[in-house]
Amino acid sequence: MTKEQRLKKRYRAEKRFKMYGLISVSLAVIFVLILVQNIFSKGSSAFSRTMIEVAVNYDSSLLELESPINQNSLKDADFYDLAVESLLKIYPAKDSKEERQILRLFSPDYEFEIKDFLIKNPNKIDQIVPVKITASDDIDQLNKGNFPRDLPEDRRRVSNYQLNIYDNLIEKEKIDKKFNNYLFTKGDSRDPELAGIGGSLMGSFFTIIICLILSFPIAIMASIYLEEFAPKNKITDFIEININNLAAVPSIVYGLLGLGILLSVMEFPRSTPLVAGITLSLMTLPRIIIPCRASLKAVPPSIREAALSVGASKFQTVFHHVVPLAMPGTLSGTIIGLAQALGETAPLILIGMVAFVVDIPSSPVDPSASLPVQVYLWSEQAERGFVEKTSATIMMLLGFLIVMNFIAVYLRQKFEKKWN
Amino acid sequence: MNSLIAGVILILCLSSYFFGRSEARKLVTQNIKLKALPAYYGYYLSLWCGLPALIIFGCWSLFEPTIIKVLILNNFPQIESKDLFYEQTLSFFNGNFSGEITNEIKAASIKYSSINIIAQNSKVVIIAAALIGSLTFAYRKIQNNNKARDDVEIILKVLLFTSSLVAILTTVGIIVSLLFESLKFFSTINIFEFIFGTSWSPQRAFVRDASAITPEELLELQDAFGSVPLFAGTAFIALIAMCVAVPIGLFSGIYLAEYASTKVRKYSKPIIEILAGIPTVVYGFFAALTVGPFFRTLGESMGLTVSSESALAAGLIMGVMIIPYISSLSDDVINSVPQSLREGSYAIGATKSETIKKVVIPAALPGIIGSILLAVSRAIGETMIVVMAAGLAANLTINPLESTTTITTQIVMILVGDQEFDSPKTQAAFALGLTLFIATLILNYIALRVVKKYREKYD
Amino acid sequence: MELNNSKIKIQAKNLNVYYGKKQALFNINLDINQKEVTALIGPSGCGKSTFIRCINRMNDVIDICKVEGSVEIDGAEINEKNVDVVTLREKVGMVFQKPNPFPKSIYDNIAYGPIIHGAAENKDQMDNIVETSLKKAALWDEVKDRLNEPGTSLSGGQQQRLCIARALSVNPEVILMDEPCSALDPIATAKIEELIDDLKKSYTIVIVTHSMAQAVRVSQKTGFFHLGKIIEVDSTDKIFKNPANKMTQDYITGRFG
Repeated sequence: MTKEQRLKKRYRAEKRFKMYGLISVSLAVIFVLILVQNIFSKGSSAFSRTMIEVAVNYDSSLLELESPINQNSLKDADFYDLAVESLLKIYPAKDSKEERQILRLFSPDYEFEIKDFLIKNPNKIDQIVPVKITASDDIDQLNKGNFPRDLPEDRRRVSNYQLNIYDNLIEKEKIDKKFNNYLFTKGDSRDPELAGIGGSLMGSFFTIIICLILSFPIAIMASIYLEEFAPKNKITDFIEININNLAAVPSIVYGLLGLGILLSVMEFPRSTPLVAGITLSLMTLPRIIIPCRASLKAVPPSIREAALSVGASKFQTVFHHVVPLAMPGTLSGTIIGLAQALGETAPLILIGMVAFVVDIPSSPVDPSASLPVQVYLWSEQAERGFVEKTSATIMMLLGFLIVMNFIAVYLRQKFEKKWN
Repeated sequence: MNSLIAGVILILCLSSYFFGRSEARKLVTQNIKLKALPAYYGYYLSLWCGLPALIIFGCWSLFEPTIIKVLILNNFPQIESKDLFYEQTLSFFNGNFSGEITNEIKAASIKYSSINIIAQNSKVVIIAAALIGSLTFAYRKIQNNNKARDDVEIILKVLLFTSSLVAILTTVGIIVSLLFESLKFFSTINIFEFIFGTSWSPQRAFVRDASAITPEELLELQDAFGSVPLFAGTAFIALIAMCVAVPIGLFSGIYLAEYASTKVRKYSKPIIEILAGIPTVVYGFFAALTVGPFFRTLGESMGLTVSSESALAAGLIMGVMIIPYISSLSDDVINSVPQSLREGSYAIGATKSETIKKVVIPAALPGIIGSILLAVSRAIGETMIVVMAAGLAANLTINPLESTTTITTQIVMILVGDQEFDSPKTQAAFALGLTLFIATLILNYIALRVVKKYREKYD
Repeated sequence: MELNNSKIKIQAKNLNVYYGKKQALFNINLDINQKEVTALIGPSGCGKSTFIRCINRMNDVIDICKVEGSVEIDGAEINEKNVDVVTLREKVGMVFQKPNPFPKSIYDNIAYGPIIHGAAENKDQMDNIVETSLKKAALWDEVKDRLNEPGTSLSGGQQQRLCIARALSVNPEVILMDEPCSALDPIATAKIEELIDDLKKSYTIVIVTHSMAQAVRVSQKTGFFHLGKIIEVDSTDKIFKNPANKMTQDYITGRFG
């Protein structure tokens, strides 16, 4: 091989090697884009809800109201007959089977939606009023175009008869979309069109607050001790090894800890944000201590010497000078730790946060789900409508995580002093 | 009641701070030279007031229910299912019991109410005594112009030390909770059967009282808990993940550290790190709903049978998740290789890639191996991706297109929903957890040591 | 001013170097003669190291560094795009301030260059190259029994001679030395200086040094740099005995620097 050939070969190898690197980086970036695109394209439709406009005849004789008619008597009244009467009028049905199919175009809550409308507008009694009622999941998905209508009838969830009604309603412009406030205000439900993340949002909120209250002070105190006061001895070494290893223990093991100790020995209430918060704070603690210690370590010794030299005690030095200077780093480490805790699922499943909870929790000791657990629960559901709900929940979750990470980065860049 | 007591203690703490401070100032007016700033006398009094009372209060609240339960159940030795009985008693006492009210429940409930009253009263008395005692003690000390700052600092230092002990306590908690249930498990199931058995079907042991197992049942049970398929599945999926993550992560790290311009680095590094910030449940959802079915259709079009819960889909997505762990750690270790080594290599006419392959990587190797070990530990401990995208049935297979199951999947499957705490099935989950804990602990320990040694070399 | 009896090996013309916005070298013109030692002296930060890094284009490694002007070796411009840095550096070896042996065995440290340039066809040839290089660097006798030990296990002076041997392994024509003795003790320094004296028979050597005594001891020609400019170049004798420039005078008598 001549010198020139050899050189050419070496440069080809150089190019190839660089290309591998570029391809790898691009692959990683492409994965991010695919993932985000996939979630957003599936989830964006969850923010709207299909409504069907129905002329409701608020015939007071069907309500068996006890006079006088007021808010309370309306609340007690049974609207089922009235609702069914009005709904069945949207399309002719020849038998009870078809009638049932008509009713199945609407969400099972139609009775309450019709009732709520009257309670809000009591003067409409004994009138025929157009009311918008939430469509069932099947119609919702059909309307959003997530549902292929050219399948044979037996493989579709919507029958030909229902499709005819749907087309007819579209023609009469009775079908409409509006912003899906249920997604944020309602708790879990077996019906996708009525399911919301209100409950899991509150559950996550309580969990994170408890996690913050428990882990932040302990983490700061522990890192101050280890960084500033701890003598160099076996105990300190042991604590350090423990912290570093705990930070890498799989999260599911913390779930087993929560189950084995908090639930079965201490008998804390199951499925609650309280237990979730405690479990996650144990998991988060080492993950916060490590960045906290790093930012304490980054404060140069000259600051400590300066404070000590004017006669400050060790504690005064640490708490008046070192800790305030390390604060931006500590806070951003805490926020990132909490963001990880917010996205954690496996330990919460083990402590029973997978229970089906309809009510929105009002305190940390009420059973509830959390956002990532809601993703898991809904992804196991067969109904098509849950796919978009799951994706929308992921969008919310990612939104929170992005905000938290931005705050952390901002804190660090804006307030952290650079020591040279 | 409890919140009232806690409130009183906190209010007393706060007011004793101001009280202590003003007392110290009074000393100043009497021309006594203070040994610390007045605020320290406030802290001192406040800490002495609050800490003992809060500690007693905390311990009391923690142990009270258990002690009362034992006290009551001791009176009813004839009851069979004690937990259920006690729960019924409590709900009867609280007035929301719906069921058959027995005489025992009534008696226990009366007993409970009397013990409860005694407990409440003595709690208030003891806490009040603690408050008064410690306050007078501290007040005397202040009057004697004790060195308040030193004492406050000692107390604080103890507090700081105690918080750092939480790390040890957590480890102990993990080990105790895992060992306790695992030992119970290994008392029914032979440990060798567990480690070397090749058939895993815990559903056969569903709801069975561990204390009343017939010999035939035991034989059948022994067969149900062979965890080799789980170990194999875990290792297999982790292997697939590493096959994706190691090349991509390593080359990304090299490219970012050695080739990328400042601008490319500034944008692509955070984007890659997004992958590490995405919750694993999101990957699980993506793997189960998009990648799994995609592979199946792809396989069908090529005439292959691909399970929609294939090990390939789960492993691939897990690999994607792990990329940033490898890329950013190897980026770090490559950056910490001294520039002088690179210059030495360039100076004898090596190209960039030759320098990287022959000088930089060998120098950074321990750090890179450490980061890969950490990544492996993350892969075998990863739960949500495999729970959602890998299979449930324990197949011993090396075909990536079939479904396999993993340790973490089985733990979740066993423990999701209602758990029967005394069944071998539940205990098996803890035994699996123990295995997982030990495996990851060893990996992490080695990895952290290797990385630490490496860093010391170049710092 | 020029020493006319020697052939010029390296010629720098109007060389300007910038680090970002800061200019590090101003209009440098310098000729370096074949098979003799040229010393570059001057206070720290005066641009001597920057200059010698221009001769093997080591400055390409630094992103923000920009080189303008020309450097010719044997009459061929090296600052042009089509010039191959790999071949250039094969021809122009370099020894650094701090010894930087690779974390490999002594043998592999030397063998690295011949391997990447394909200089040896078999093990015997390689052994031969390693032995000659180490012998040329006066290290062979000290390490011949432990060629498989890591290069980092040697003493500082031995490490530096290892680095010199590494530079010699690819048969360069020019050797650049960037303060090669600044990290070494006097005895090790003496050994290296002896070596330099020996090497100048077959190589053109440019050495940057802080020590004026060293410049006197090893070099035939000396250039004095100050604040990125070349103040005076002449035979070493002349510079140290009878400098033309007042600033050179002040520097060599220790008034600044």
